Amino acid sequence: MDFRSGSELLALCRQEDCPISQVMRRRECVLGETTPDQIQRRMIRALEIMKQSATTPLRTAQPSMGGLIGGEARLLYQHAAQRQDLCGPMLQRAITYAMAVLEVNASMGLIVAAPTAGSSGVVPALLLSLQDHYGLSDQQLLDGLFNAGAVGYLAMRNATVAGAVGGCQAEVGVAAAMAASAAVELMGGKPEQCLDAASTVLMNMMGLVCDPVGGLVEYPCQSRNAAGVANALVAAELALSGVPQLIPFDEMLAAMYQLGRRLPAELRETALGGCAATPTACTRCVSCG
Amino acid sequence: MSFISVFDVLGPNMIGPSSSHTAGAAVIAGLARKLISPPLKQVDFTLYGSFCKTYQGHGTDRALLGGMLGFATDDVRIRDSFRIAGQQGLSFTFIPNETETDLHPNTVDIRMENAAGQVMTVRGVSLGGGKVKIVRINSVEVDFTGEYSALIVVHQDTPGVVAHVTSVLSQHQVNIAFMRLFRESRGQTAYSIIESDGILSGSIPGQLRDNPHIYDVMLVQS
Repeated sequence: MDFRSGSELLALCRQEDCPISQVMRRRECVLGETTPDQIQRRMIRALEIMKQSATTPLRTAQPSMGGLIGGEARLLYQHAAQRQDLCGPMLQRAITYAMAVLEVNASMGLIVAAPTAGSSGVVPALLLSLQDHYGLSDQQLLDGLFNAGAVGYLAMRNATVAGAVGGCQAEVGVAAAMAASAAVELMGGKPEQCLDAASTVLMNMMGLVCDPVGGLVEYPCQSRNAAGVANALVAAELALSGVPQLIPFDEMLAAMYQLGRRLPAELRETALGGCAATPTACTRCVSCG
Repeated sequence: MSFISVFDVLGPNMIGPSSSHTAGAAVIAGLARKLISPPLKQVDFTLYGSFCKTYQGHGTDRALLGGMLGFATDDVRIRDSFRIAGQQGLSFTFIPNETETDLHPNTVDIRMENAAGQVMTVRGVSLGGGKVKIVRINSVEVDFTGEYSALIVVHQDTPGVVAHVTSVLSQHQVNIAFMRLFRESRGQTAYSIIESDGILSGSIPGQLRDNPHIYDVMLVQS
């Protein structure tokens, strides 16, 4: 029960007549030499941490270690309460959660890397926002996490999820691809539609660089997590509507990886280019004084 | 290719903000502390590369000290590790080294001194995603990750020692995953590192020490 590519994953889903989440659960039990109960318990713990980190900053600002962020999620939460949000409740809540998780992360709080700490807001944000809006059960969210895990595993196996190797497209881009795929499964889409959505996200975030101000996981990382969840929603909506994706996930992943490796070093987490190299960012950077 | 678990993708559960600069730092220090007998009295961290530049904003300092206190990557006490170390009578310093740049960007040297006066220096590298490597113990270049249970045998570089080690391990039915010998120079001190799946019996170090050419044995359970 293993798969090395998106096409092999889809073949397994067809053969077993089951969703991506179930294939991923079975793979984990067989190759991880563990039981369904054990992986269920571990994923419940991950979901608990995700919920905690997505909601704590809505009321209590979490000042970051580097001093660049803190309090953004509360602002968004208060803005929504005034019923003047532009995004609509689903996306508004999703970006609030995404900002919140990064706030917790930057303040040395407890988070689940998904797939990395710098991109840890996207997957919980979309799943929890779906839960709020559609009344999904925790069990459904756990399925969503296993589905997201399958997409993230393929990215780790066949490409990269490190900003230092592939830029932000490999971190927030992959996180958003994972979230989009999970959302499609939870909203009743087929496995093919899940990977179409993941492919669309990678396409729409292709080339995004990693340029953290001061080299810290704060800015623009937090805002990019919010943008990532918006991208995930767009891609999931396209896929669920039946809009075809021309380029298969495996090819899009390979394109993302090739592009990432060709990014100049200044744009891969070194804080020497992009946002990090702007005059204002330089005045806020502790390490270069 | 080694197995990538769903919990490698959705994980680790960790104190932020960075899997390499925070979680990885805690893991390195956690491995280092297993190489010296407690209680520790003094620990000095020398930080290189990106660790040197960004350690405060990434909480690398708190994470290193937290790891030294035995905190796991998801232990919220990491944030308060300075205070807790003080309570436990552990002195610590952080020394940024900006001159040596020919190293992996996330490198730390940890000099530990225990109450008995024993001193050991360990060099660790954080590879990203919370994965780490120990690359030096005292002055000898080594290589282990802590992902497997590891037995580190310090011995004289002389014939027969490795045979003794493997014979003891086979008595304990240990299935060796990796075994490597590192030495400073021929005939001097050598480090044999044996990595194995599963837990290694606590009685192995005592039996190994029966050999007069073996100076020390450290056991790091996975």
